[in-house]
Amino acid sequence: MKKMTGAQIFLECLKREEVKHVFGYPGGVVLDIYDELTRYPEIRHILVRHEQAAAHAADGYARASAKVGVALVTSGPGATNTVTGIASAYMDSIPIVVFTGQVPTALIGNDAFQEVDIVGITRPCTKHNYLVKDVNKLAYTIHEAFHIARSGRPGPVLVDLPKDVIQARAVPEFPKEIKIKSYNPTYHANPRQVKRALEMILNAKKPVLYTGGGIIMSSAAEELKQFAETLQIPVTSTLMGLGGFPGDHHLWMGMLGMHGTYCANMSISETDVLIAVGARFDDRITGKLSEFAPHAKIVHIDIDPSSISKNVVVDIPIVGDCKDALHQLNALLQEKTPQDWAAIRAQWLDTIKDWEKKHPLTYAWSDTSIKPQYVVEKLWELTKGEAYITTEVGQNQMWAAQFYKFKRPRQLMTSGGLGVMGYGFPAAMGVQMAKPGATVIDIAGDGSIQMNIQELITVVDNDLPVKIAILNNSFLGMVRQWQQLFYEKRYSATPMTAPDFVKLAEAYGAVGLRATKPEEVVPVIQQALDTPKPVVMDFRVEPEECVMPMVPAGKAMHEMLLA
Amino acid sequence: MEPRHTISVWVDNTPGVLSRVTGLFSGRGFNIESLCVAETMDPQVSRITIVSTGDEQITEQIIKQLHKLINVITVVDLSEKEHVEREMALVTVKAEDKSRAEVLRIADIFRCRVVDVSPNTYSLEITGNHEKIGAVLGLLKNHGILDVVRSGTLAIQRPKKD
Repeated sequence: MKKMTGAQIFLECLKREEVKHVFGYPGGVVLDIYDELTRYPEIRHILVRHEQAAAHAADGYARASAKVGVALVTSGPGATNTVTGIASAYMDSIPIVVFTGQVPTALIGNDAFQEVDIVGITRPCTKHNYLVKDVNKLAYTIHEAFHIARSGRPGPVLVDLPKDVIQARAVPEFPKEIKIKSYNPTYHANPRQVKRALEMILNAKKPVLYTGGGIIMSSAAEELKQFAETLQIPVTSTLMGLGGFPGDHHLWMGMLGMHGTYCANMSISETDVLIAVGARFDDRITGKLSEFAPHAKIVHIDIDPSSISKNVVVDIPIVGDCKDALHQLNALLQEKTPQDWAAIRAQWLDTIKDWEKKHPLTYAWSDTSIKPQYVVEKLWELTKGEAYITTEVGQNQMWAAQFYKFKRPRQLMTSGGLGVMGYGFPAAMGVQMAKPGATVIDIAGDGSIQMNIQELITVVDNDLPVKIAILNNSFLGMVRQWQQLFYEKRYSATPMTAPDFVKLAEAYGAVGLRATKPEEVVPVIQQALDTPKPVVMDFRVEPEECVMPMVPAGKAMHEMLLA
Repeated sequence: MEPRHTISVWVDNTPGVLSRVTGLFSGRGFNIESLCVAETMDPQVSRITIVSTGDEQITEQIIKQLHKLINVITVVDLSEKEHVEREMALVTVKAEDKSRAEVLRIADIFRCRVVDVSPNTYSLEITGNHEKIGAVLGLLKNHGILDVVRSGTLAIQRPKKD
């Protein structure tokens, strides 16, 4: 093989990783890569308007496609702008690889123009990161980066590429296999632990399945459904786990936690065996730790040993891939003599149905003002529950989680762990790239959407017909909700002016629509769905609506505020 | 006081690894009492000895989180095993007139080595476990310690005796 430049090796590596889309922004030190890119028509580059959006778009792309998302940016500010996106992907275990340019190796450490120690900055928020100092190691490093991003508990990996390495020449060796002696994720769950867990579950009177993003990452939705149905165990999930179990299933209780359903939260307070699968007992789930699942023995299945017994000490830890563990559980169940689980579980399921009837997810209807929940409900109805939904962060995110009944995995993309305002729209671009024909809707607030609104030109430019539904209440709604409930309505810095979103959309070349009355909601959504272009829907909603139920911070889960 | 744990960590001997390890401790609020690091017989591998304090759950998290770092090869909590610990201190202590003999006597009792001598001072090398070094320094304090430097803890597991 003849010598290639670092830039050529880089693109050749992307090709070998079957990368079809790169979200990026050029700059001084990555000029050679961008130059070489013109000779690789099979790799489509989407020019974002802010590097943060490149990282979020790669994240959305990865979630929707189950592939690794890729971002490419320049050094210094290009690199630092991706940090929020990387940190979000880290918290949510999303496989992305971010390539950053770096000043030439000889200048590193000299405070050169657009130099920043991005490897140092991102060390705590990447699964792993690299500074490539030798062009001979480039191909191997890139392959290792993709391998680490997608294997085990997935996560973001950053590769920093100094300009001289990009320009240097070498005969590349493209590795076929990666062996890292210090990195061997455990996929196969210990069968003895699985057996012990099953015994405990079979003896449970009030079992509950509490599932998280791990179900989606490991494609274990089928196995979960089979397990839940066989033993008639009710299911609740975290925000990250939505779609991992069908939202219209009779065993589905809805999301749990701070804004979870009454029924899901009560079930946690009453359960005697809690089966946590691919979830990590986050503080937004547990509320007051000492009173979380007070009567329960806990089984915890997770691929990351450090997630087990981190916040809540568990009785039966199972380290392994969720899919593998559930598959083993299902296989063991088949060997058992069949029992009438519907009859055995009848009483427990009745209790749950009673909770559901007592306090369903609901809102007060208004004839005069648009309720934000109504908008989400109609989005769900008019898309037949089939759309890909991304969200921003805050009230819009919680209403989307509560009122859009997700059917399948990878249907919801939301910044769960880090809670990034400005995530939803660029993520929606990524989703639309991965799923060209599909309906993709970003459910946004008037605050969040302004954090990455510059990407409107990106979707217009690239003919990405993403829809944005802004629940516009002229407030930073979630913060205002806390002020309303816990700070005697002192609305400090939460009333917020927004631009005229319709005109703004038009200025960017997108379509802008507005609804100010309830009867306008359906026609606006329908028109948006019928328009094969990017559409911004400005729903002027009830300003002081709150997300309910709510477990106030630090309270136990059964101490929910209901209205 | 929370229990002390001595943790041995084998890592890839590559740039930035120490920073990954210490960053993990500071980022997650774990405590480091002392830390020693040097190459092993295999130049591609370094061994870090960390003394940390924390209850059982914290120590379990420390070990799991260390394992999660890609460059970490093995982690062993030596506190759970038969092991030997050593630290070293270099100390310069005032030694004038009548105290000169007394300082030497203390050095002798604790098997310290005199590594430097001046008309008014002795510099001593003390090795031993954490407590012993504390004890020697305590005694020398009465004579006036001019300078002291202490290493972190080194620890090695005792081989199994059959």
